[in-house]
This record gives sequence, C-alpha cells and structure tokens, in this order.
Amino acid sequence: MVKFEIHDLNIWFASTHALKQVNMEIQSNEILSVIGPSNSGKTTFLRALNRLNDLNTNLKITGAVELERRDIREIDIEVLRRKIGMVFALPLPLPLSIFENVAYGIRVHGEKKKKVLENKVEEVLKQAYLWEEVKERLNESAFMLSGGQQQRLCIARTLAVGPEVILFDEPCSGLDPISTAKVEDAMVKLKEKYTIILVTNNVKQAARVGDRTAFFLSGELVELDKTDKIFTAPQDKRTDDYIRGKFG
Amino acid sequence: MKNSYKTQNIMFFFLLLATLLIVIPVGLIVVVIIQKGLPAINWQFLSDMPRQGMRAGGIFPAIIGTLYLVLGAMLFALPIGLLAAIYLSEYARENLLTRMIKLAIVNLAGVPSVVYGLFGLALFVVFLKFGASILAGSLTLGIMILPVIITTSREALENVPQSFREVSLSLGASKWQTIRRIVLPNAIPGILTGTILGLGRAAGETAPILFTVAAFYLPRLPKSIFDQAMALPYHLYVISTQVPNVDEKIRYGTAFVLLILVLFMNLVAIIIRYKFRKKKKW
Repeated sequence: MVKFEIHDLNIWFASTHALKQVNMEIQSNEILSVIGPSNSGKTTFLRALNRLNDLNTNLKITGAVELERRDIREIDIEVLRRKIGMVFALPLPLPLSIFENVAYGIRVHGEKKKKVLENKVEEVLKQAYLWEEVKERLNESAFMLSGGQQQRLCIARTLAVGPEVILFDEPCSGLDPISTAKVEDAMVKLKEKYTIILVTNNVKQAARVGDRTAFFLSGELVELDKTDKIFTAPQDKRTDDYIRGKFG
Repeated sequence: MKNSYKTQNIMFFFLLLATLLIVIPVGLIVVVIIQKGLPAINWQFLSDMPRQGMRAGGIFPAIIGTLYLVLGAMLFALPIGLLAAIYLSEYARENLLTRMIKLAIVNLAGVPSVVYGLFGLALFVVFLKFGASILAGSLTLGIMILPVIITTSREALENVPQSFREVSLSLGASKWQTIRRIVLPNAIPGILTGTILGLGRAAGETAPILFTVAAFYLPRLPKSIFDQAMALPYHLYVISTQVPNVDEKIRYGTAFVLLILVLFMNLVAIIIRYKFRKKKKW
C-alpha cells in the first residue's frame, strides 16, 4: 500500500532552493533510508512530511505531499503530527521525568486517567527496549539517562502517541556503536507496525536496515531503489561515487 | 618584552582602580546608612504611626504604603508584561509593527521616572478621576517597570531551547500547549527574577508616586485603593528636606528600612536565579 505520494515538491528557505522537484512514493511498513551528503536536503525532506519546516519563516513550498491520498495541508496539523512521529538527531528529552516524557504526547491529547497513562508508558518503553533499564526509576529526570537510553526514550515517547509513520533524523549520530545497534534493532522490529523513514549520514546503516534507499544530492532526489540494488548496481554515477565514499 | 610586561601591569592597575571606584562608594553608602540608621530600628519604629509632625514615632504607614504600591504594580505589570513577552517571543513575526513595539519598549525603559509621574497624574489622577490614590500610584509604577518585565521575560522565554518546542510540536501538541507545558515552566525563574528586580525599582522610586499617590503626612493606614498613602521613598524625601528639625536617626532609619527592602528583593531574585542555574540540565 502506498503511504506517501510526493508530487513535484520544491522547498525554498528565503533564496535557498533546498529541495528540487522531488517525486516519490513511500510504501506502508517499509524502512526507507535517505542518504546524501550534508546540505543535500535530506532533513528538509523529512521535515516536509510532518510540516515541521513550517516553523521557519521565509519558507516557500510548491508541489504536494499526500498521506494516504490526502494532501497533508488539508489535515489538521496536530492530527498530522500525531500520525507522523519524529525522532531527532540528538537525544532530546524534555525537561521532565522519564515517565512524564513518555506520557507527554498522550497528555496533551487529553488523556488524564493515571492507569491508562501507566499502561501506555510501560507498553511503549517495552517496545523501545528500555523498560527493564528504567522501570525502577520512572520519576527520575530524563537527563539522568545515558545518551543511548535517552534516544530510546525519545522513540518510546514518539510511539506513545500512536503514530503510523516514524521519521528518524540521523538518530544515531551522537551514539556509540552498541547504543546504535540497540536503536537499529528497535527500528527493524518497529517496521512490522509502522512505516519508517530513516535519514542517515551513515551509509552502512542505510544498507543494514533499509528496504529501499533514496539518495539526495544538492536538493535533488538522484536515485531511489531497493537497498541491495543501490549498493550493488546503482544507475547513477553520482550514487556510486557517494556510496564508495568518493565525496560527502 | 619587558616593556610589554610593564604596560600590562599598568593597565592591570587601572582596571583594578576602576573596579574599586565602583565598589567603594557602594560600600560607603551601605556602611553609613547602617551605622546611622541601625540605632533607630526597633519594633516601635517599624510598627508605630508617625507623631509630632513626623519628628517622632514610627514609619509603619510608609512601609505598608510601599508594600501596597509594589503589590499593585506587580498585579498590573506582571500579567500584561508576561503576555506581551509571550506574544513577542513566540507569536510575533518580524515586521514593521513588531519592530515598532520593540522600539517603543526600549524607549519606555529610557523615560525619566518623573515623566511617568506626570503621565500618571494626567491619565490616572485627572482624566480617569482616580484621584491621588494607591490605584493611580500602582498603575504609574506598573507602567514604569513594564519594560523591565517585558525585556527579561522575553529573554527568559527565548532562552528555552528551540529544540524543546520542536519536540513538543512534533508530538502533536498545539502551539499554546507547547508554550504552557514546556516553554513557560522553564522560563518562570527568569521571569520571576526580572519581575522582582522591577519591583525593587518600583519600591525605591519617588518621582512617579509624587503626584499620583504619596501623602505628605497621613498618620493612619489607607482605607481602600482609592485612598492616598505614605510611601518610604517620599517619606524620606519629606523628612529630609521639607520638615525642619527631624532627628538624623529617624531619617537614616527610614533610609535603612528602604534599603533593606530593596536589597531583600534583589537577594530573592539572585537566589531564584542561582537555584535555577543549578537545576538547569541542558
């Protein structure tokens, strides 16, 4: 099933043309890796999907992003962002306790019952493989956790809202290899239930977890294909150069 | 080489001198006021009405008057200042209107306090017919400290990392929910600090209350917010220049109480800021 359809998407920040004429489809329950050098428009592309780019002033967008055949601009923005969760590059816990971090999203959507909140927090912490490590200290500040734990907390926090899609924006860029492996494990397991779009600077990570891989360069979508194909027989020379580490 | 070393030492000396020149007068003021004012302080001085044309008795109504004025100024200036700060930092886009508002705030901070007094007289006392009253005085002081409250609140709000806002919004919280649940709680210490500093200034100013509230001699407590009141800074001015033969002890005692009141407020602001810095985790 097609989750996202993107038609002729162009994005400018002031005079910078950050995303150029992007067309693609994203399938349900796949992991789509997005690779490319810095300033290639990967993050802009990701933030276009949950309309987080809208926070910038001087933003200009043409073309359309459709979520299940509905233009995302027609969907109420809070509803859209509930459906499309996001995990940021750095672990960004809110200045709240571990419990409150995870419960935050459900709370702002009106859930008040303590029991419901507790059950949900436990459920998603388990899904993010963090429950065993934090179940004794849910009331501690989230800043007491290690970087890798914080990032899994952020994943749990995203899951708690009940999204259909999860956007990962270089989620392992600040993590050590062991924490990275744990986050990657979590991602692969989450694929069963969610559509995952993973922006990464780590080409090997894209190869490890992605079903399909998209390569961006200077705001253009250069190539999008099965991950195996991208890494063994890319159609475009620029893709080949990039994954061989010739630039970027 | 040797020469530059010498230059450095000379410069160092002048820098130290300049610093000492700041510290010494402040220290002297505090020492003199404590030395001459402390002997006047006793329970009767703090809790009694002034008597014999302010040459004897206490300064109780002036203390109470100042507290009322400070409280009134806060009730008026804090909500308005905070809302304005939230608008400017969270909602306003950079355009001609917001640039004008910001310019107005900067200029408001630079207006001499006596001009506020005249403005308060014209608007609150005469035009709105509040008369010389606690209400008129509080509003005048409130307007005077608005720029301080707006500026410090805006800084406090803008110091909350943008990433917290993005996280909250990405979880589907609305903009207002984000402000109320994430931005404001983390900005409150900064906002409180600014407010208390503003109130400290309000407590010590004479000119804004001169025409709007201050009673020359009123040996009773104010009955309502439409009543006149005595206030510490004006009382100090009166007994120092307008009434002959006031004991030096009473004058310095009044100054001492005013100084302690303002210092205490600043101390509270410092403690809040210090605690916040220790708790801050990003």
